[in-house]
Amino acid sequence: MLEALLSRLGLPGYEPEAARQKIYGVIGDFDTPEDLLRAIRTARAAGYTRMEAYSPFPIHGVDEALGAPRSPLGKIVIVFALIGLSAAVLLQWWTGAVDYRLIIAGKPLFAFEPSVPIMFELAVLLSAFATVLGMFHLNRIPTYYHAFFNYSKHAGASNDRFLLAIEAGDPKFRADEVKLFLESCGSRHTEIVEA
Amino acid sequence: MADLAIDPRMELNPPLVQGGMNYADVTEKISTIVEGRPPKQWYIAMGIAVPLALLLFACLGYLVATGIGVWGNNSPVGWGWDITNFVWWIGIGHAGTLISAILFLFRQKWRTSINRAAEAMTLFAVACAAIYPLFHTGRPWRAAYWLFPLPNEFLHMWQNFRSPLMWDVFAVSTYGTVSALFWFVGLIPDLATLRDRATTPLRKKIYGLLSLGWRGSATQWRHYELAYLLLAGLSTPLVLSVHSIVSFDFATSLLPGWHTTIFPPYFVAGAVFSGFAMVVTLMTLARWIYGLENLITMKHLENMCKVMLATGMIVGFAYGTEFFIAWYSANQYERFIFLNRAFGPYAWAYWSMIACNVIAPQFFWFKRFRTSVPAMFILSIFINIGMWFERFVIIATSLHRDFLPSSWGYFRPTWVDIGTYAGTFGLFLTLFLLFLRFLPSIAISEVKGVLHQQVSAAHGGSH
Repeated sequence: MLEALLSRLGLPGYEPEAARQKIYGVIGDFDTPEDLLRAIRTARAAGYTRMEAYSPFPIHGVDEALGAPRSPLGKIVIVFALIGLSAAVLLQWWTGAVDYRLIIAGKPLFAFEPSVPIMFELAVLLSAFATVLGMFHLNRIPTYYHAFFNYSKHAGASNDRFLLAIEAGDPKFRADEVKLFLESCGSRHTEIVEA
Repeated sequence: MADLAIDPRMELNPPLVQGGMNYADVTEKISTIVEGRPPKQWYIAMGIAVPLALLLFACLGYLVATGIGVWGNNSPVGWGWDITNFVWWIGIGHAGTLISAILFLFRQKWRTSINRAAEAMTLFAVACAAIYPLFHTGRPWRAAYWLFPLPNEFLHMWQNFRSPLMWDVFAVSTYGTVSALFWFVGLIPDLATLRDRATTPLRKKIYGLLSLGWRGSATQWRHYELAYLLLAGLSTPLVLSVHSIVSFDFATSLLPGWHTTIFPPYFVAGAVFSGFAMVVTLMTLARWIYGLENLITMKHLENMCKVMLATGMIVGFAYGTEFFIAWYSANQYERFIFLNRAFGPYAWAYWSMIACNVIAPQFFWFKRFRTSVPAMFILSIFINIGMWFERFVIIATSLHRDFLPSSWGYFRPTWVDIGTYAGTFGLFLTLFLLFLRFLPSIAISEVKGVLHQQVSAAHGGSH
């Protein structure tokens, strides 16, 4: 029901069946992080460019091997930190010195010093939300569907297996060739995965 | 793994994951805790925790129905057990954030087995703490309007942001929120592991929804790792700010015994001290119930004992400094309050505090005590008691004898005070036991990362 409705809206990941590609790619399964890294390097040398690795923990060196760019998350977060900081100044100034002026213990209606704690707290609060929601956005989660889960042994990627997908979007992609290639790299279980 | 045993470095630096476990063993060991039926000890612990939690709700219900007069707070001690317990519970939470954030930034690998449970402990401790400011208003359903600047129809005014109590509201609520975010982000990959292992439709659905469609792709890990680092970087100043701001509640007043600049660092050290004591209490129990000796090793426990020793010494030094400054200030009220603290009607509380907080951690100078589970369990409980007395001593002794001897008094808790405090333990334990039952109590993906480095190091890797 829900899925049908979402697919009618054409949201990312819910495109109508016809709009989807038939094949996601070919996924191979490796024993160790080192085997995976070796396979990525071989694939890059062989000219494949659109690849994705799957692993139960982040592996040092995978990003370099895949040639992935740095995450832009830090830039998102700094913007929200500054918004939080400014919001705190405005909040304390407007409530205390504009909208409800009340002299308490002869203190000034607004001053920088007593405003610091809340400035700090709101900057941290907004940064934390920006970090988590920004990460969600960059990672496209929450998501209800991903072709990766069509791989019969996808559960290995959250346990003790190290997977490499060569995606159908790759200019050099020919499913049968890629399957043979991944097998030659030492993949234990290679599958052509539907999108 | 066999070559680990003959590596001479391992004598000094024992491996953090022991018993020759591989990645699949780590998954299996931690997941089966959640998937299987809980052991008998778990039901026994629940049998104690749930009635206590019900006692909490009974006491709070009685308080709301009757009024906050059911607590022992009265002139001259207007702040009694409510704020004592609030500060104590908030302090307990600090170890969780210290372990998850500060030790992460310092690349202390030994944090990995204990961070998840310590973070959970933080959340539950903050929840227990939050009960007090909420219910001391007497009308908790209106508390949000008093505590937060929410537009409304009946107050016609704004909060006083020049008051440290408002800073405290923002500090504690930010702390609770950020800790929850940090905790959940850490859980996502492990929830995906549970989703992939799930056999029943209900489990598949629940863990599937909670893991948000996590795949563990290199792209996802790249953003995830940066997000985790940023959250650690944000949480580090945050955790230091929380107890500093809690201490401002006292330090910005003009009351002798409270009006002191030493409070922020002294409170933060005390918070970490009590927090680690609580982590040791809970982890020795969890380790015993679930047999996690290969993951929560003696090295983890010994390191926590060292942290308790160090922070205990800072706290002891602060007690001494307070007395020195009281004498050096040549202010008769300041001198009186400290002499009254140590030798007045609350001397019993003061010396209990000294015995628990200054003397008890000294045992941790000896490796025999640092590596004995029963010893550290008992000492950690003493430290928890001592840190409660510290807050009580600071609050009650500074208030009970003010400038006018005719208004001097003595604080006595009522049964509602005691029931509420005991009840918060029930709530805390219930939540913690539910956490152990339904969520991975050890960070699976992080332990595997440590194991990978351990294996590469053993094979002459460059790490």
